[in-house]
Amino acid sequence: MKGVRHYPGFLAVTLLCLLVLYLPLTVVAAYSFNGSTSITTWGGFSLRWYADVFTGPEATRFGQAAWNSLTIAIIASTVSTVIATAAALAMIRSGRFRGKTASYALINLPLLVPEIVIAVATLIFFTTIGLTTGYLTILIAHITFCIPFAYLPIAARLSGIEGHYEQAARDLYASPWQAFRLILLPLLGPGILSGFLLAFIISLDDFIITNFVKGAGMETLPTAIFGSVKQGIKPNIMAISTMMLGVSVLFVSLSYLINRKGRPAR
Amino acid sequence: MQTAISIRQAVKRYGPITALHGVSMDIADNEFFTLLGPSGCGKTTLLRMLAGFEDVTEGEIHLFGERIASLPPEKRPVNTVFQQYALFPHLTVLENVAFGLKMKGVPLSDRNARAGKMLELVHLSGFADRKPSQLSGGQQQRVALARALAPQPKVLLLDEPLSALDLKLRQAMRVELKLLQEETGITFIFVTHDQEEALAMSDRIAVMSSGQVQQIGTPREIYEAPVNRFVADFIGETNLIEVDVDTVTDGQATVTLPGGHTVVCAAASNNSGRHALSIRPERVAITDHAPDLQATVERVIYLGTDLHLITRLDGGEPFSLRLQNASRVALPEPGARIGLKLEEGAARLLAD
Repeated sequence: MKGVRHYPGFLAVTLLCLLVLYLPLTVVAAYSFNGSTSITTWGGFSLRWYADVFTGPEATRFGQAAWNSLTIAIIASTVSTVIATAAALAMIRSGRFRGKTASYALINLPLLVPEIVIAVATLIFFTTIGLTTGYLTILIAHITFCIPFAYLPIAARLSGIEGHYEQAARDLYASPWQAFRLILLPLLGPGILSGFLLAFIISLDDFIITNFVKGAGMETLPTAIFGSVKQGIKPNIMAISTMMLGVSVLFVSLSYLINRKGRPAR
Repeated sequence: MQTAISIRQAVKRYGPITALHGVSMDIADNEFFTLLGPSGCGKTTLLRMLAGFEDVTEGEIHLFGERIASLPPEKRPVNTVFQQYALFPHLTVLENVAFGLKMKGVPLSDRNARAGKMLELVHLSGFADRKPSQLSGGQQQRVALARALAPQPKVLLLDEPLSALDLKLRQAMRVELKLLQEETGITFIFVTHDQEEALAMSDRIAVMSSGQVQQIGTPREIYEAPVNRFVADFIGETNLIEVDVDTVTDGQATVTLPGGHTVVCAAASNNSGRHALSIRPERVAITDHAPDLQATVERVIYLGTDLHLITRLDGGEPFSLRLQNASRVALPEPGARIGLKLEEGAARLLAD
C-alpha cells in the first residue's frame, strides 16, 4: 500500500497546518519570558512577568479568579464524572429500555450545540427561575456542559469491558454491588479518571458560557484574562496564558496516558 | 443415586422467539453430564439458566431438592467456567481463585490456603502472584477451573471451556477434566458442540437441537442406538438410507435394503412403513460372499489409521465406508464394483 507521504503536497500542507496551529502558541510561550515591557521586541530572557502575575498590581484579581476557576473545575468535574458514570452504566449495561436512543442523543447533544446558544439559553433559564448569577450559576452550568465530555471516555472504556466479568463475580457469590465495586469499578477506573481530567480541563478553559452566567464582579481565569486584554495586551497575560497552557497539556497528556496504560489485557 | 439437578418442562422465550421448548432431565450427583448440540440448539441457554444468568420463562429447576429457578446467581451453590474464562484482569491468579471464598466470608488465611490447594490441583502452584494476562491460554483455562472449584460448588457448569485451546491441549485437557471430576466428586455439567469431546468425557450425554432434547444416554447408547435421524447424523458419521420396513416387533425390524436383500436390525420405534436406516461406515466390510449391498467405488481417501471409501449404491444413494488400515487390506480402485456386508449391529432403524 502506498504510504500517505507519497501524496503530492502532503508535506507542505502538513507543515502549513502545524505552523498555523502552533506558531502563535510558541510565540506567546516565548514572549512570556521576555525581559522588556514590549510584547513585540525581545529584551532578553527573564521571569519578571511570572513574578508580576503573583506579586504585581493585578495579582489579587488574578489570584481570586484562579481560585474560582480551580474550585469550580474541581467540583464541576467531580459531579459531572459521577453523573456521566451513572449514565454510561445505564446506557451500556442495562440492556434495552424505552428512549435509549433519545437518551444517547440527549447526553451527547451539548457537544454539537453552538456554545453561544447554550450560553444564552442558560442565562435566560437562570433569570427566568430567579437565580442570581454568580459562583453557583457558573458551577451549575459547568456541571451540565462537562457531562458529555466526561461521558465519552467512560462509555468507551465500559463498552470495551465484556459483561462476563460481572457475571463471573455474581457466579462467585458477589452481590450486584460487590460485583460493581470489586470488579467493574477497578476495570473502569482509568476511563473514569480520564473522563474526570477531560471535564476538568473543559471547565477550567471555558469562557463563553462562563462570561454569560458569571454575574457582576465574579471572575474566572479566562474571563479575567479577557477583561485584562481589553485594556491592551501586557506581557503578564502571556505568562498566565503559558501557565494555563502548561496545565492543559499536562492534564490532557495524563488523561491519554492513563486511558492507554489501563487497557484490560485479553 | 441422588439427583443433583432436576429440570422440569423448562421453557425459555425471548419475546416471540422460543429458545427452549419444555426441556426435562435429571442429572445424578457426581455425574459428568454433557449438553451436546449445534450452535443455537439451546444448550448454552439451559446452562445459563442453571447458573442464574437467564430466568426461566416456565418450568422448574431443582438443585438437590431445592427450587432454584428464582434465585439470583450469587445465591446458587453452583459455579461456572466461562468460555472466555472471564478471569479478573486486575487481580492476581491467587486472588482470582480466592474470590468466591472471599465473597462467602472465608477468612483471609483460610481462603489463601484453599486457593493454594486448588492451584496445586491444576498444577499452577508457581503462578499464584502472576496476573492472568501473563499466562498462556491453557494456564488461564486451568485458573478458571480452579476459581470455579475453590468454593466447593455442588455442581460445576462448564460452558465450552476447551473451545479456545488448540487441538493438542484440548485433548490433554479432556483427560485432565475427567480426572478432576473424579477426584473432586462434584457433578460436572459440560456444554459443547464437539461430539468427540462429549463422547470422550461424559458419563451421560443429552443431545439437543432446536430447543429440544433429542436423546439422553451414555456415549455408547447415543452412538450405537440413536433414536432419530438428527442424533444418528450429529454423532459421528453415518449412512442414512431410506428402507421399507417389512415387520417390526419388540424393537427388532426386518427391512428390505436397496437391491432386495433383507436384514434384521434394531429399531427405535414400532412403526412400519418407510423409514431411515442408519449404517455406521466402520461396521461394514467388503465381501464377495453373499453381500447385503452392491456398490461402486468412487473415491478412496487415505487417512493413515483409516481408509475412507466413498461409494455409490446400485440404487444411486451415496454410501461411505471406513476400513482399518491393516496391511492385508487391498485398496479397491475407483470404479470397482464391491459387495458390502453389514456387521452384526451395524444397522439401526430410526424413528424419524
